[in-house]
Amino acid sequence: MNGFIRYFSAVKARFKLKNYLTYFIFLAFILIFAPLGLTGSLKMSTEFMLEQIGYSIVAAISLSLVVGFLGELSLGHAGFMSIGAMVGALLQNKLYPSLSASSPFLALVIAMIVGGLAAAVFGFIIGLPALRLKGDYLAIVTLAFCQIVQTIFEQLPFFGGTLGIANAARYSSHKLFIVIFVVALISLVAINNFIKSKHGRAVMAIRDNEIAARAMGVNVSFNKIFVFVFSSFIAGIAGVLMAASKNTVAANAFTYNYSIDILVMVVLGGMGNINGSIVAATLITVLNISLNNVFTGSMAAIKNIVYALVLILIVIYTNAPGLKSFREKHGFGVYWSKFTAKIVKLFSKKELKQDPAKEKEFGADWSKVPTKVEMDAILSTDLTPDKSYVSDKPAPDGKTDGSGKGDK
Amino acid sequence: MAEIILKTENLGISFGGLKAAEDVNLEIVKGDMYGLIGPNGAGKTTVFNLITGVYKPTFGKVFLCGKDITGESQMNVNKLGVARTFQNIRLFNNMSVIKNVMVGLANNPDYKCNIAQSIFRTPEFMRTEIAMREHAKKLLEVFGLLEERNQLAYNLPYGKQRKLEIARALATNPKLLLLDEPAAGMNPHETEELMETIKFVRKDFDMTILLIEHDMKLVSGICDKLTVLNFGHELCKGETKEVLNNPEVIKAYLGDEN
Repeated sequence: MNGFIRYFSAVKARFKLKNYLTYFIFLAFILIFAPLGLTGSLKMSTEFMLEQIGYSIVAAISLSLVVGFLGELSLGHAGFMSIGAMVGALLQNKLYPSLSASSPFLALVIAMIVGGLAAAVFGFIIGLPALRLKGDYLAIVTLAFCQIVQTIFEQLPFFGGTLGIANAARYSSHKLFIVIFVVALISLVAINNFIKSKHGRAVMAIRDNEIAARAMGVNVSFNKIFVFVFSSFIAGIAGVLMAASKNTVAANAFTYNYSIDILVMVVLGGMGNINGSIVAATLITVLNISLNNVFTGSMAAIKNIVYALVLILIVIYTNAPGLKSFREKHGFGVYWSKFTAKIVKLFSKKELKQDPAKEKEFGADWSKVPTKVEMDAILSTDLTPDKSYVSDKPAPDGKTDGSGKGDK
Repeated sequence: MAEIILKTENLGISFGGLKAAEDVNLEIVKGDMYGLIGPNGAGKTTVFNLITGVYKPTFGKVFLCGKDITGESQMNVNKLGVARTFQNIRLFNNMSVIKNVMVGLANNPDYKCNIAQSIFRTPEFMRTEIAMREHAKKLLEVFGLLEERNQLAYNLPYGKQRKLEIARALATNPKLLLLDEPAAGMNPHETEELMETIKFVRKDFDMTILLIEHDMKLVSGICDKLTVLNFGHELCKGETKEVLNNPEVIKAYLGDEN
């Protein structure tokens, strides 16, 4: 009991709202939409969109673990999802007919765990070559894995062949999107906790410099395999959730293209930025659905072109060096930090300790690096504690004096 | 007789037909400041890599405190008590300064905490995490890096990156510290500062240090004993003064009169 009190006081002492803001936004989102869903006042299409956003988020953050934090390119994430989806659907359909009928929610939870574990087994198998391969070569291995999984599922009659499994026993209700979002929140918390522990730091150390990580006693093999297993476990859960929102689960839903879709979410959100992945997953899913709604029938072919164009524009916007100054004023990160600062200010009585101007003073900034002439002036001046600095140069605007002292 | 920390017996490796190092016999006693010098390509870094387990020795053995560590993995060598820095700085660039040090602290038996505990944030996790952070802060304070602890390691100036690398190596709680050309790329002023840092590490951390260096001023300033390598062989070894006045050594460095 005493331990618990100490634990919570330690947590409270170190609690920073900024670190937990994403969780609260997630919770607020769930609390807003849950009553609407429970009362059935949401349209079917909206519910479907929310479900899609939810499992895309789960898939994106799980891939973010491999791509953003371990620094390995994986093009086969849809493969892990399809294993989860297939195993989960099969389990709900065939193995638990009685349970699925009486308590579909429990069946879904069991399916999530079993599907996740099945995917994790394959994550372990893919993690083994990751010990030897790097970069492009590992990407090709994962790509091949995705194709192999898809082909095997399409050939096995046990999994319904190309038609897939008719997902009759799934947990279908207006509450599904709430379940998906709760699962997304839990996996987000789990991933964030992992990243912010010593194991997560070891993983990032491997990403930054594997040789140094080894020399610092980091168990590289274990950490790499664990990241693959953890990531594919969550991807498997995402697959089960995806299957739950569809009438039939077929292997052709989890193609190479879908892997790329998830990868795009991670890359656009920023490598190693989980919150970014969540936002990107949401935006891309909404974009996809709205384009689907706009371009119907014979116009459907245009949809892919528009989608690709929008993606290209986003990539240019987020990466082009020419837009750097514009981004610094109007980028997503700027608005996000402004927003967090506002929220934190709203909830905390204390004044903000961090002052952006002060932060800039310590950060690397090329604009304050003195020129050669200025540097000579600084170095040639004899500085003693009781003698204040006077520049040799005549001050052009009267402030050289102050800045010179600051530089020293 | 003082405790022998590191001993190598006829240590050597051949890459195909090329013997990059052969018959290297080092004996480093606790508290030593031991220098390993030699012209370019003499095999100094190869010897480091053999000791730390980057390469598996073709011949010979390595003993750490009497224990045979020949052919152990880099991770195990580090856990057994050998930490190193690199010739070209290898920090975890995209992590903050304090996190760099905390990576080094992770294997400390005081901060045991498994992955499940981390994911569920148990009290044990909170305790170790806070303790690790405090420990890292203390180390950084010693090296004068406390102010910069939340900066990315990449943004530090060169001299401070060197210091951080040493701090990170010390965080793994080693018995022996290997420094691979710590003064490379430094100006005389920075070298002087580094010399002070190394002296201070030796004294305050009670550390045994083996260093590779080209800067003779630094070597003669801080090393007690030297081994000179040339073409993978030991040319001579002994007290710093004797070695540096040895005509063979001068010949290896400056060339023959003819």
